[in-house]
Amino acid sequence: MLTDLTIEQARAGLRAGDFTAVELTMAHLHAIEVLNPRLNAYLDVRHDRALDQARAADAALAAGDARALTGIPLAIKDLFCTAGVRTTAGSKILEPFVPPYESTVTANLLRDGAVFLGKTNMDEFAMGSSNMTSAYGPVENPWKRRQDESAVLVPGGSSGGSAAAVAARLALGATGTDTGGSIRQPASFCGLVGVKPTYGRCSRWGVVAFASSLDHPGPFARTVRDGAILLGSMAGHDPKDSTSADVPVPDWEAACTRSVQGLRIGVPREYRMDGMPSEIDALWRQGLDWLRDAGAEIVEVSLPHTKYGLAAYYVVAPAEASSNLARYDGVRFGARTDGAELRDLYERTRANGFGSEVRRRIMIGTYVLSAGYYDAYYLRAQKVRALILQDFTEAFGRVDALLTPTAPSAAFGQGEKMDDPITMYLNDVFTVPANLAGVPGISVPAGLDPNGLPLGLQVLAKPFDEATMFTVAAALERAAGFDALPTLRAGGEG
Amino acid sequence: MSYTIQGRTGEWELVVGLEVHAQVISQAKLFSGAPTAFGAEPNSQVSFVDAAFPGMLPVLNRFCVEQAVRTGLGLQARINPVSRFDRKNYFYADLPPGYQISQYEHPIVGTGSIEIELADGSTREIGVTRLHLEQDAGKSIHDQHPTKSLIDLNRAGVALMEIVSEPDIRSPEEAGAYLRKLRSILRYLGTCDGNMEEGSMRADVNVSVRKHGEPYRTRCEVKNVNSVRFVMQAIEAEAARQVAVWEDGGAVMQETRLFDPGRGETRSMRSKEDAHDYRYFPDPDLPLLVLDEAWIETLRDSLPELPDAKKARFMQEYGLSAYDAGVLVAEQATALFYETVARGRDPKIAANWVTGDFFAALNRTGRGIEDPPVSAVALGQLLDLMADGTINGRIAKDVFEAMIETGKDPGAIVAEKGLRQVTDTGAIDAAVDAILAANADKVAEYRGGKDKLFGFFVGQTMKAMAGKGNPALINETLKRKLAG
Repeated sequence: MLTDLTIEQARAGLRAGDFTAVELTMAHLHAIEVLNPRLNAYLDVRHDRALDQARAADAALAAGDARALTGIPLAIKDLFCTAGVRTTAGSKILEPFVPPYESTVTANLLRDGAVFLGKTNMDEFAMGSSNMTSAYGPVENPWKRRQDESAVLVPGGSSGGSAAAVAARLALGATGTDTGGSIRQPASFCGLVGVKPTYGRCSRWGVVAFASSLDHPGPFARTVRDGAILLGSMAGHDPKDSTSADVPVPDWEAACTRSVQGLRIGVPREYRMDGMPSEIDALWRQGLDWLRDAGAEIVEVSLPHTKYGLAAYYVVAPAEASSNLARYDGVRFGARTDGAELRDLYERTRANGFGSEVRRRIMIGTYVLSAGYYDAYYLRAQKVRALILQDFTEAFGRVDALLTPTAPSAAFGQGEKMDDPITMYLNDVFTVPANLAGVPGISVPAGLDPNGLPLGLQVLAKPFDEATMFTVAAALERAAGFDALPTLRAGGEG
Repeated sequence: MSYTIQGRTGEWELVVGLEVHAQVISQAKLFSGAPTAFGAEPNSQVSFVDAAFPGMLPVLNRFCVEQAVRTGLGLQARINPVSRFDRKNYFYADLPPGYQISQYEHPIVGTGSIEIELADGSTREIGVTRLHLEQDAGKSIHDQHPTKSLIDLNRAGVALMEIVSEPDIRSPEEAGAYLRKLRSILRYLGTCDGNMEEGSMRADVNVSVRKHGEPYRTRCEVKNVNSVRFVMQAIEAEAARQVAVWEDGGAVMQETRLFDPGRGETRSMRSKEDAHDYRYFPDPDLPLLVLDEAWIETLRDSLPELPDAKKARFMQEYGLSAYDAGVLVAEQATALFYETVARGRDPKIAANWVTGDFFAALNRTGRGIEDPPVSAVALGQLLDLMADGTINGRIAKDVFEAMIETGKDPGAIVAEKGLRQVTDTGAIDAAVDAILAANADKVAEYRGGKDKLFGFFVGQTMKAMAGKGNPALINETLKRKLAG
């Protein structure tokens, strides 16, 4: 089936004339029509626009003018502003918002010939780890527990719609954003490759901001190489983003074929947590064995401040969010609830427009920045952040990459872990440090838990050394030979 | 004589510090490429960044940074090689992102100083605490609709320099001198046009009073005062109010106040209790601003001659009084005008003409130094005609008036109207003889000791010669003949 192809295969097939971009796009649009009503992965499907883009891709292919992604159908997280296409950030407050501009990352993908199928569901303003906070309903994970096929699992979050879409074969790849694990954790939950590049690799311009110093755009794909292809198009210096890095984009596809022979892989001992499911610990050991067998040297390292990472993250991220989200005031764009006077307008608009998790984080962020609390919370969190970066810098003085689990569990059921926010926040424990430090990370599907649910391993690398990250990830992928399929997928039993 | 306020309980000293918001001269805003033209159609100079649309990011305008550094150098201030932009968070309809990007803890410019000159000729150094870059907000208009407020975002995001003085100012006069001097320096540097009416320079005034030798007492901030005169009035009014509060046994509360120029009084705007908590934190969208030392030195080397240096040079090079030099250097264009007139001529006569007849002509015609009614070159020619004896000083005034009226050059006017000075001693002798003959009684009085009548004879002779007589020759002739 065309929907089962990797991007690498689809690219070759399109160029060889085995099928057309229109056929490839139609296959995906059809699959979306069948499965999306159940999965709720897409908030908005752009049928006509996608076909227009596919026809343009076919013309380019015919003219021998194909680019890196010509004719490749992708899903776009609804946090990326897309010109003329509604962009909600999963929030009611942006329900009527149609941006007049295209984000740099999506513009780069369009420049390279990609076809956009539609916008995907997500936790509201990317705040969540389950996609349960979306104002447009939860997303169903296409994977099922072997013993309990009726249970509806979450795809992870915040980029849950993108992950579910790629897993269910409703797109060949997707964009996501990762502020505390929002690409890597759903990738792990959905059996996908998820890439969070170095901070500054992918422009944030035109991406609705959650926490500016932690937000990282990145791709979802079904193979490491596809992840490298997508990131290659998305990345690049952008003068419109002052935090964008002016560094060359190397050939990451080539990195996927290199050997790990002689690489030093670090095992951070602090990632061995009490109460971690034994299958995750076992998979981690397995991953290290695979890399050792492939010629890498395994070295134990220490990241002593890891245990403060989550706490620091849940101070810094809400602090920045409380300020970034102040612009949603009903005055210039988005939803408005009128009030008797200005303050009333603000209060009603924001009370109606934001969901409870967003309101909670705005409150936390406002609190930690308040006079008298700033030093104790925000400033201290920033100091922890500096120490965490220092941990990584020291570790990377000894090793080329780190291997850890991606998440402390497999996908959980809708409604689980909802009792108190802290339980949900713990999902990010292995992913958050890389956001605080800005180092690149990738989640690779490596095995299944006893319920048959996918589990991912995370590779972290030095800043701007995504090449080594892809090399290690590809080696894991080859060794793992992960070929399990989700229950709900195009052409599948669902 | 220091300025004091006489209260019931004795003398009070005034303590004032000024925070000046100066709009940076720049084609584009501080963090967006949007233009900054004054007086444009409302909301026509607004980018998506200024309107804080989702996903929009600030990019620092390097020219505004250069302007701030140049200003810092002009204030003899320390330029901080590393500074930082922070967010100042508050909700208001004319502040689209819900925060203003400013520099809170780490400003681009540190301590400097401004020398002010007072009416008695004395000078004082007023410390500058800091200068930082920040964005302006938009404008809220509340009087155009019965129930709605209108918002104009043209100004939103425009670059401002906030220049904060030390609490070194001790009188309204010093505050006025500080503002005028600061304005002069900014205009010389071309970093702010200093136009207070258009709001491109605004002042917040911190005022407190104390008894001599005391530490500082509680201050109040009078916000957004928009002329030098109002700043001086606001200080007087606020100081008087505070003296009254203290002397009535009360305590001045720290608060923000507004000056009402109509009533000549300040009134409370908000107290410390309901002051905003701005929740400052470093703007994560902007990296630290790091300046290259060599670049700073290049800017330092390219600074124009500033008012203080120019004044010293005018006094030294042209032998002008401190007062005249001060007047001539206040505006760069005036100084240039003066130097054009003075070049190769008597500098003091040039100064007298520029500060006298020429300034009067500017006032009378309502024209500015950039568009003067008489050019510096033409005024120089007029001075040349006096210097070479072609016309006398009295006739020069008439020629000057004719220059303003006709725009013709002075040589042409003198030729046309036959104003050439009479130096023919025969003609002068004849005119003097006629005057003495016609006023025999006065001649007798003069010779009887009424010396003052000499001026009368000069005037009469000059009048008889239609003003064209050479004054020195007339004097000499009169003296000789009256003595005879």
